[in-house]
Amino acid sequence: MKVLSLNFLTCAVKACKSSSSSYPLHPQDAELVQDEIELNPDMLINVLPRLDWAALRTTSSELGFPPLPEQAPTQEELQADEKLVRDLHHLLLETQISEGKLVCANCGHSYAVKEGIANFLLPSHLV
Amino acid sequence: MQSSSPEAYEATHVHSVYNAIAPHFSSTRHKPWPLISSFLTSQAPGAVGLDVGCGNGKYLPVNPSLHIFGSDRSDALVRLARTERNGEVVVADALSLPFRERSVDFVICIAVIHHLSTRERRQECIQALLKCVHKGGRVLVYAWALEQSSSRRGWDEGSEQDTLVPWVMRSKGKPDETFQRYYHLYRQGELEEDVVAAGGVVLESGYEKDNWWVICSNEA
Repeated sequence: MKVLSLNFLTCAVKACKSSSSSYPLHPQDAELVQDEIELNPDMLINVLPRLDWAALRTTSSELGFPPLPEQAPTQEELQADEKLVRDLHHLLLETQISEGKLVCANCGHSYAVKEGIANFLLPSHLV
Repeated sequence: MQSSSPEAYEATHVHSVYNAIAPHFSSTRHKPWPLISSFLTSQAPGAVGLDVGCGNGKYLPVNPSLHIFGSDRSDALVRLARTERNGEVVVADALSLPFRERSVDFVICIAVIHHLSTRERRQECIQALLKCVHKGGRVLVYAWALEQSSSRRGWDEGSEQDTLVPWVMRSKGKPDETFQRYYHLYRQGELEEDVVAAGGVVLESGYEKDNWWVICSNEA
């Protein structure tokens, strides 16, 4: 699963939805793989307003990437910053979590990631 | 028709069936339906969307300028979506979705809610889809129609709406195997009623190929 996906995923437990600590999920024992994907600057610039930047900074540092700017760039700023476009492309689209866990800091439940697929099915006591 | 809980009933008559028939089912599901393709191609480049109940992921590559995430209850189908279509997919239940609220531009949910065995659960599912999109984002839902007298199944207005539909799996060198899938067949107008009950607004609706469909939103 791509790092981009992680920015749109949260805990599947209903009781966690209202808690800010349930998002973002925290990768643990994550094995990363890098794919080479052709850069499409427009797709990246257009997705910027949909990103939760604070969550992306957390995820990026937890995965061991160099720190992102504290504030999200505007679309105009990103357009003018080739290096940041390349860095974000690499982080969001080329970096995949192939194995590991995603952990909710609110309920502590951990979701397995296997062969790049996270499994969000809940045990019956959490449904 | 049910003696067990809806969850247990669906586990037997929906979830385990799809996992058992996944490769065969997938081999019969390749051609995207035109209306769904045009909904996807009308989205702005770089838009973010969900395909809830993505099955083998046949809609994921329709518009390569979108960021589209698929989810399905069947891990066997999700694996196919990933290996055969390089889809960005997770295993999840439509009633316990793991997506951040108000985060995406659009959602499609094709041939999913008719597998939920109570009206309350079908409406809860639509409500969950409406929560995923940001204000004004569009949700496209398809469900099987009761009125399909021209199809080989021949149901019409007078037929029973809650029904088991056989899936016959033919594989070489093995006897045919029949699985019973649960369906709720939607009558005319019912999908729109469910959207309204879920707090949504119907923007467009219609009938295509034995299905009722609706495009709805969380605001007018």
